[in-house]
Amino acid sequence: MSHWIFTEEHEMFRKAVRAFLEKEVTPYIEQWEKEGETPRSLFRRMGELGYLGIKFPEECGGSGLDVIMEAVFTEELSRCGAGGVGAAIGAHTTIAMTNIWRYGTQEQKLKYLVPGIKGEAISALGVTEPSGGSDVSGIKTTAKQDGDFYILNGSKTFITNGVNADYVIVAAKTREAPVHRNISLFIVDTNSEGYSVGKKLKKLGWRSSDTGEIFFDHVKVPKENLIGKENEGFHYIMNNFQYERMTLALGCIGAAEKALQLAIKYSKERIQFNQPLSEYQVLRHKMVDMAVDIEKARNISYRALYLYNKGKDCVTEATMAKVYASEMLNRVTDQALQIHGGNGYMMEYPIQRIWRDARIQTIGGGTTQIMNEILTKQLGIISQPSKLQTQ
Amino acid sequence: MTYAPYFTDEHVHLRNMIRKFVEKEIAPFVDEWEEEGEFPRSVFTRMGELGLLGLHYPEEVGGQGGDYFSGMVLAEELNKCGCGGVPMAIAVQTDMATPPIYKFGTKDQHERFLRPAIQGKRIAAIGISEPNNGSDVMGIQTRAKRDGDEWVINGTKTFITNGTRADFVTLVTRTSEDPGPKGISLFIVETDRLGFSVGKKLDKVGMRSSDTAELIFDNVRVPHENLLGKEGHGFYQIMWQLQGERMIGAAGAIGGAEYAYEQALTYAKSREAFNQPIGNFQVIAHLLAEMKTEIEVCRELTYATAYRFSKGEVPSKEISITKLAAAQMGHWVADRALQIFGGNGYMAEYPIERAWRDSRLPRIGGGTDEIMKEIISKQIGL
Repeated sequence: MSHWIFTEEHEMFRKAVRAFLEKEVTPYIEQWEKEGETPRSLFRRMGELGYLGIKFPEECGGSGLDVIMEAVFTEELSRCGAGGVGAAIGAHTTIAMTNIWRYGTQEQKLKYLVPGIKGEAISALGVTEPSGGSDVSGIKTTAKQDGDFYILNGSKTFITNGVNADYVIVAAKTREAPVHRNISLFIVDTNSEGYSVGKKLKKLGWRSSDTGEIFFDHVKVPKENLIGKENEGFHYIMNNFQYERMTLALGCIGAAEKALQLAIKYSKERIQFNQPLSEYQVLRHKMVDMAVDIEKARNISYRALYLYNKGKDCVTEATMAKVYASEMLNRVTDQALQIHGGNGYMMEYPIQRIWRDARIQTIGGGTTQIMNEILTKQLGIISQPSKLQTQ
Repeated sequence: MTYAPYFTDEHVHLRNMIRKFVEKEIAPFVDEWEEEGEFPRSVFTRMGELGLLGLHYPEEVGGQGGDYFSGMVLAEELNKCGCGGVPMAIAVQTDMATPPIYKFGTKDQHERFLRPAIQGKRIAAIGISEPNNGSDVMGIQTRAKRDGDEWVINGTKTFITNGTRADFVTLVTRTSEDPGPKGISLFIVETDRLGFSVGKKLDKVGMRSSDTAELIFDNVRVPHENLLGKEGHGFYQIMWQLQGERMIGAAGAIGGAEYAYEQALTYAKSREAFNQPIGNFQVIAHLLAEMKTEIEVCRELTYATAYRFSKGEVPSKEISITKLAAAQMGHWVADRALQIFGGNGYMAEYPIERAWRDSRLPRIGGGTDEIMKEIISKQIGL
């Protein structure tokens, strides 16, 4: 029996996703890593299979299922062997489109969610800027109203899908003050005049996902592309952080399972001093430590998922899940590489990629230090308010 | 707060009741009991009166008819009393020595042993470890030989919690020379039988309010009715017993860690250095956040595993993982808490040095960290 949070339907779906990934994703990873992006054809194929709209309503072309179903997809996707593919798909479905689903108008949903769910349009979320990441209130990109339009100026960086996106959800300042009540979200078509992609950023890992720097030079965005209410963007971003953190945590679990699986397999095949590595107790116990670490991360993540699915507050649990799972993944992949010995350092073996891909997880979506800072507030540890304005 | 799907309102009431009991009838006396090396028998009878020794046993054997999680509540809350010794002794009574009697025992054994144990009138102990054998149960040397309607028992057990004053021992013996698990059988042995003696009371690093002894069986005769379950089935029975022992050990470790964390948090907020509470220093604040995260991570793991156990499954891989993780977490949290207390943490006047000493045991008792890893390694395909 698996964890109680999953029903029979969830488990059947898991099997289907796993089979799909083994056949249509894993064999092409090397190629996509070299190309530096996940191809559009994969978005379309996943769209056809309904994987991009699991939790979105049926009238937008989604499947109208619960977030637990999407969590299954996230876990499985992260087991494919490349974090970049999960990043590209996740940025599209959980990070960018979720904002339109949550706060968008019916027109926005039809215009942007429908093609997004079909995989015909790729989306991205643009919050981070060269001058700041987690400090969202400090963003410098501006949006000034001018008749029926907003004029956007500024730049964004570290944007997953930033190079290939057809539209980007952009956070921009719509007034100077007050802090936390001066940011709005916009849907920006990337073919707008004045919109440009700086460069595709080269990265340590997550290479099968494109990461871009984007610029807005007097980009005219129609008023109807404002998401939700003006000046409420900060809160929309903060709210979606819970789901993003939980999704990242689940992704870490899938990736760690893959790393452990590779380590176990290698340890049984590799013969040294006339016996498989798996016969050496220190290596066996090392792999047990990895398995224990994974189970710890799994259960806190499922608690956060359960609460989120019930519509309950899960800031503490999602933050704990994110910080624990991402640190866990770094420990587990490092040990998995160690078990592979010299081969682990060679590009020929997939473990190096999982190890490199793991490294972003304690940074992206808020660093471990930011997570702990949030927890010190959540848990009432700090008796004076923190200077960090994030939650 | 209820905690779906594990705890209902009833558990919340029970928790509040136990908390009050601990505050009033346990915590104020812990220092004294630690000094004496045991707590009074009256704690057993008092807890029996309150129904706390049979929370998860059915009413027909004298229990409260609660579910498995009611026992978890007791283990968690008792471990916040200021020492690990009292909760350990109680856990032996409720979740280690008696479950095999309930599960494998006859009606007669339920009446003679289980009911009075639940009432707190008879103290129970479990006898597995020997001077030469711990987790290697198959290798035990205590021998029971059939003689007509009786069995004659010879051997020595050690590290036995409640050992100096137990009224009966759930005892693991070898009943035949058949190699492997088939020669192992369980007995319930009353300690007033001729030939039984307590070798010595053992002095320990921690868990000092709980008595630990070496037990000597010198031609102790017990009637055949004292055989627990089937002859030759003892190995399987004790392996089942160990699952419950590890599960409740994990719950206890969670409670103990919460206690240490709360102490450290309170201290960090009140202790000033360089003109501000030390908790305002970022490294201390983040350390506390990490401690609490570790606790919550292990809590979710423990509850999820206990949930399966409560439904009748025996997920031994997950139970071993849970026990290992919770025990390691418990000692780590206590160690970090001691660090936050600084020099005061090293002083007996403060409660942390005891939490640190007591939390060391769960990484050994019920199977060491290393034994857990051996078990888990087989179950993850190694």
